[in-house]
Amino acid sequence: MSEVLLETRDLHVRFAARRGEVARAVDGVDLVVKRGEVLALVGESGCGKTTLARTIMGLERPAEGEITFEGEPLRYDGGFLRTYRGKVQMVFQDPMGSLNPRQTVYEAVAEGLRIQKLPGDETMRVADALARAGLRPPERFLQLYPYELSGGQRQRVVIAGAMVLNPSLLVADEPVSSLDASVRGEILKLMLELVRDAGVTILVVTHDLGLAWNIANRIAVMYLGRIVEEGPAEELLSNPRHPYTRALLSVVPEVEEMEQQILTGEAPDPTRIPPGCRFHPRCPLVASGEAARLGIEERCRTEDLGLATVTGLDENHRAACYAVSR
Amino acid sequence: MTEPLLSVRDLHVTYRSEAGGVPAVRGVSFEVAPGETLGLAGESGCGKSTIAGALLRVLPRGTQVTGEVLLDGEDVLLMNPGRLRAVRWTELSIVFQGALHALNPVQRVGDQIAEAIEVHRTTQDPGPRVAELLETVGLPARRGEDYPHQLSGGQRQRVLIALALACNPRILIADEPTTALDVMVQAQVLELLERLQRELALSMIFITHDLSTLSHVCQRTAVMYAGRIVEEGPSEDVFARAAHPYAAALAAAFPVIGDEAFRMKPSGLGGDPPDPRAIPGGCPFHPRCPVVRPECPTVDVELWPAGQGRRAACVQVLDGAPR
Repeated sequence: MSEVLLETRDLHVRFAARRGEVARAVDGVDLVVKRGEVLALVGESGCGKTTLARTIMGLERPAEGEITFEGEPLRYDGGFLRTYRGKVQMVFQDPMGSLNPRQTVYEAVAEGLRIQKLPGDETMRVADALARAGLRPPERFLQLYPYELSGGQRQRVVIAGAMVLNPSLLVADEPVSSLDASVRGEILKLMLELVRDAGVTILVVTHDLGLAWNIANRIAVMYLGRIVEEGPAEELLSNPRHPYTRALLSVVPEVEEMEQQILTGEAPDPTRIPPGCRFHPRCPLVASGEAARLGIEERCRTEDLGLATVTGLDENHRAACYAVSR
Repeated sequence: MTEPLLSVRDLHVTYRSEAGGVPAVRGVSFEVAPGETLGLAGESGCGKSTIAGALLRVLPRGTQVTGEVLLDGEDVLLMNPGRLRAVRWTELSIVFQGALHALNPVQRVGDQIAEAIEVHRTTQDPGPRVAELLETVGLPARRGEDYPHQLSGGQRQRVLIALALACNPRILIADEPTTALDVMVQAQVLELLERLQRELALSMIFITHDLSTLSHVCQRTAVMYAGRIVEEGPSEDVFARAAHPYAAALAAAFPVIGDEAFRMKPSGLGGDPPDPRAIPGGCPFHPRCPVVRPECPTVDVELWPAGQGRRAACVQVLDGAPR
């Protein structure tokens, strides 16, 4: 499970914002996705997680840094991207929005095959993909239109459309957040089956730490364009070290023991990333004077920092905080 | 228990459609005592938001509503328009989901709050009261000068709460008040609602699909399925030890982080919530029920006692069998 499938190195993505300002949506991300794992990329809206996912898909071009897939750097010419998108597929949040209302289930799933010009029997492949996505028997669904399906079935069609190409990597952006609560678990079960049976690797983008506990092997927590903590899911969720992760976990109603640490204000503005540690204006350690007592406050306010191994713990658990690393 | 402030009895709501009536609420009864918080949980289409609409009588014209909604013994469903206007906002008010659509985009938010006050009071300058309300919900009074688009999602939700509180209602209905918000902002809004409920001794009906949130915010919770309450009881019990298999499945959809029982084991239900036009006979949950019995497709279920202060509409509570 340690083979690297995809890697981003010092990735930066910028957008022009109002009044000539620049939004640094992704601001120096080093991320490794290992073959066969489920990696959850977690953060609040506006933290850059969707932009990062889109950049990994080749839908946005980085301003700096690079992405390598199976050891080869991503290029942005049409031929390369077409081959690449046969291997890396994306599932979006809203299945109704990603399906064409005038296309049958069959056409929706076959579309990718036609674009990729894959040889072989199209009908067989489509039926097989539907069955793998839990739509059984597939013949019952082939001629249906999206409006004739339930929300859960639509998301299964979208997943079938991605899986029909046998991708190595599935990027799923909030795959269950538009679904009813009782149906979510079924889609998550399906994702775990795909990892186990089809050998796909999954990068799941979510704001939901409970979902990560349900399906992720590893977690990367993103804040204002940067990964601020990463590690094995169990280790990170039972022993969160970055003050942002701790706050995020403390407000999940499903976590009983932690004292709630509700951060004030909204997710901050990527056009104005604070100097020093980007979390310091909202950091409870700085506000409480703890950072001053530890003698790190000056650095928190002025010196930017990257991920480093959390002292005395699993070497794969890393955080970007002066209080817990170095 | 104290006299109920609100008592809903055998409420039925049927929407009109071209293809005939659509029964959205099919015989729901519950009570809310002064200062009590009741959670209504369920998935989309289960009828929970329809209940909110029926209590305030804001459902589309032609919708058939029967039963009783007794507010201090007076039936809201029988009130004349003048009396109804007096009761809305001053007795019973609502915070909707989707704070952007509920506010007028071209009017300053302070003026919108002032308008709600003026409808119900005369002469006085509403200014000080608007400022007071904004501060109550944790916004600086000067924010009243802003238009909705100048506020963040969380701030707009606070404005809506201020609006709902403008005329000192006794009952606040919160319909998915945090659904569209980010986790941290959700926590801020929940904290605010809890504080207001305590300080103003409000009664609250909190509507959401998220059982785990209800277990923190509400004393009692009722879980709805296909237009009926299928389980009710103390929120903690309903979330942690549900008696009805549907309530158990809904609770399991919100995994307890750190609990090994949920680690790499997502849990859901097969099938989909039923179409209100084609609700299965017998126990309406039987086609999806993981512990279905031979009699379930035909048996008439009702809310049977299921332990201290608890009721559930499942045949297994009759034999006391553990789920």
